[in-house]
Amino acid sequence: MIKKKIMRLLAVMLAAFLLLSGCSSQKAGETGAAKESGDVIKVGILHSLSGTMAISEVSVRDAELMAIEEINAKGGVLGKKIQPVIEDGASDWPTFAEKAKKLLQNDKVATVFGCWTSASRKAVLPVFEQNNGLLWYPVQYEGMEASPNIFYTGAAPNQQIVPAVDWLLKNKGKKFFLIGSDYVFPRTANQIIKAQLAASGGELVAEEYTPLGYTDYSTIVNKIKAAQPDVVFNTLNGDSNVAFFKQLKDAGISAQDISTCSVSVAEEEIRGIGADNMKGHLVSWNYYQTTDTPENQQFVANYKKKYGQDRVTDDPIEAAYDAVYLWAAAVEKAGSTDVEKVKAAAKGLEFKAPEGLVKIEGENQHLWKPVRIGEVQADGMIKEIWNSGEAVRPDPYLKTYPWAAGLSN
Amino acid sequence: MSIYLMQIFNGISVSSILMLAALGLAIIFGLMKIINMAHGELIMIGAYMTYLTQKVFEAYGGSGLFSLYFIAAIPAAFLTTALIGYVLEVTIIKRLYGRIIDSILATWGVSLILQQLARSIFGAPNVEVKSPLWLNGGLLLMGNLQLPYKRLFIILLVTVCIIGVYWFLYRTATGRRVRAVMQNRSMAESLGINTRRIDALTFALGSGLAGIAGCALTLLGSIGPTLGTNYLVDTFMVVVLGGVGRIVGTIAGAFTIGIGSTSLEFLTNASLGKVLMFLLVILFLQWKPQGLFTISSRELDG
Repeated sequence: MIKKKIMRLLAVMLAAFLLLSGCSSQKAGETGAAKESGDVIKVGILHSLSGTMAISEVSVRDAELMAIEEINAKGGVLGKKIQPVIEDGASDWPTFAEKAKKLLQNDKVATVFGCWTSASRKAVLPVFEQNNGLLWYPVQYEGMEASPNIFYTGAAPNQQIVPAVDWLLKNKGKKFFLIGSDYVFPRTANQIIKAQLAASGGELVAEEYTPLGYTDYSTIVNKIKAAQPDVVFNTLNGDSNVAFFKQLKDAGISAQDISTCSVSVAEEEIRGIGADNMKGHLVSWNYYQTTDTPENQQFVANYKKKYGQDRVTDDPIEAAYDAVYLWAAAVEKAGSTDVEKVKAAAKGLEFKAPEGLVKIEGENQHLWKPVRIGEVQADGMIKEIWNSGEAVRPDPYLKTYPWAAGLSN
Repeated sequence: MSIYLMQIFNGISVSSILMLAALGLAIIFGLMKIINMAHGELIMIGAYMTYLTQKVFEAYGGSGLFSLYFIAAIPAAFLTTALIGYVLEVTIIKRLYGRIIDSILATWGVSLILQQLARSIFGAPNVEVKSPLWLNGGLLLMGNLQLPYKRLFIILLVTVCIIGVYWFLYRTATGRRVRAVMQNRSMAESLGINTRRIDALTFALGSGLAGIAGCALTLLGSIGPTLGTNYLVDTFMVVVLGGVGRIVGTIAGAFTIGIGSTSLEFLTNASLGKVLMFLLVILFLQWKPQGLFTISSRELDG
């Protein structure tokens, strides 16, 4: 009998514990929300806070909340405080669409900062277009898109992938092995790379895709060994990167033997992979934590102060932070949060971002950004080894590249 | 030539990983007919225990002891997940025997809770487990054929686990009772076996094995809240293909799927290889729904 009672007690305690921890995480999510009900401007924040993408999107949300807090501390926009409404897309694309609809129709938010994967962006795109909403999308992507209702603050392919391939062809060799996760971004990115290789005398030795969440790369590493490429161009996403780099190293292949260049691995991901597993490998982005601008020193210091010294900043985090400032500046300039007025005001708007001066290109609502190629260091930071000098004009459809003529359709 | 030899080794290595992950599941599924969707999360907890052990050794162990943390992590992971498994059994699972659909839903709920709990405690991004120095590198055989020590270690670990489980089930009195309950629950009850105790014990053992799997997987893959879900489908496939309730079935199932899928991946590509492997398993189960090995039982409701 006593035993039974103990078991009951244990069950109740377990339930209470789970309930409590659930509540506490809820609270953590709301701390950024201003509580005044009077003069506020509501904005939506829509990221995966649970599920497989939470790994990347949680820190992007943190950056957005930090930017909002900073702007509020300086008096807000149009004299009003910004109030974030946070929704969880739960790594599930239909949920993203549903939550986007809720933010636009029920909460009537002025704008939304959100999404990470191209799949989630494609899922919410019709919602934003139908409701004439405004989305700020902070992640590098495959291009071939320019919705009038989306501002893209991450890199277009010509600001990340194309210059990286150019640089690799010049400095590392002609034989390319393409490896990526099996969904829209890597496949489109590889279409672009193949066209570029064909035009610039590169050679494609193999192209491999693995399902998202794939964990065993021994066979692919074996294929890489057999093919002896000069460069492995890596568009794997999420957890797979950890497995790939650990197993590549175990097979005795280091960055000296074969260069890899990744476009979805930033400082945050390197922490999970382990810096010594990735030391010497290359990445291509627009921003690194080590980027040397006064704005960035301030940004990194603030971020670490707010979220902990062990946290790192990276490209999508920075792009999300920029997005909030760009939107606020556009609203100030327009004198209104009306979507059409904000869009008109945003054209040509400049911002001294941590990555350097960025500018909104009116024609396609992407950003002019500098391009940087970096090498992973033993401490997990990335050392810039090449940059484009000045900001590169965004060209999501690659119209200015003759070899890309057949790609955009 | 060495490419093909390497590929054979890869097949064996993948089989050993599947075996380790599926062993606990097979025992739980075999004994209790509970489809434990939270098995992946128990693997995840084992991986996080390894991370914690590493942190403890980093803080208190000094550099000499640090390289041994992995050895300490294995029992730590086993005991923690076994304890969590035990608590789960006595609080939730025991109310669900004989209700397969309910058990799927309830354990799936548990898996989501555990995932979010890990996210609240350890944060959403992956954490890093530094593999001990003595497991870095590999055994160099003729030319460029290099067998990574980590994979050899996992094969060894699996062998030890299987021998241990075999010894437990076939050489100890408790093991005999477990098998008796597995084969005919009501008859075992009539003979005075405390099936409640056996159930809880077996569930804890199965969970503990998941913990060891989690510990080993930190060597090869990511350590994050969703680690377990990446392995769940493959482990279920191993158990179903192998046949319920026999260790030898799990071993055979793991070898078939491990070697089959790596070979198919080598010949085609990863996505297509997986599809083909699923297709073959489905066709096989059409022909032999019981799987590769079965226990013949006279139980009426069997």
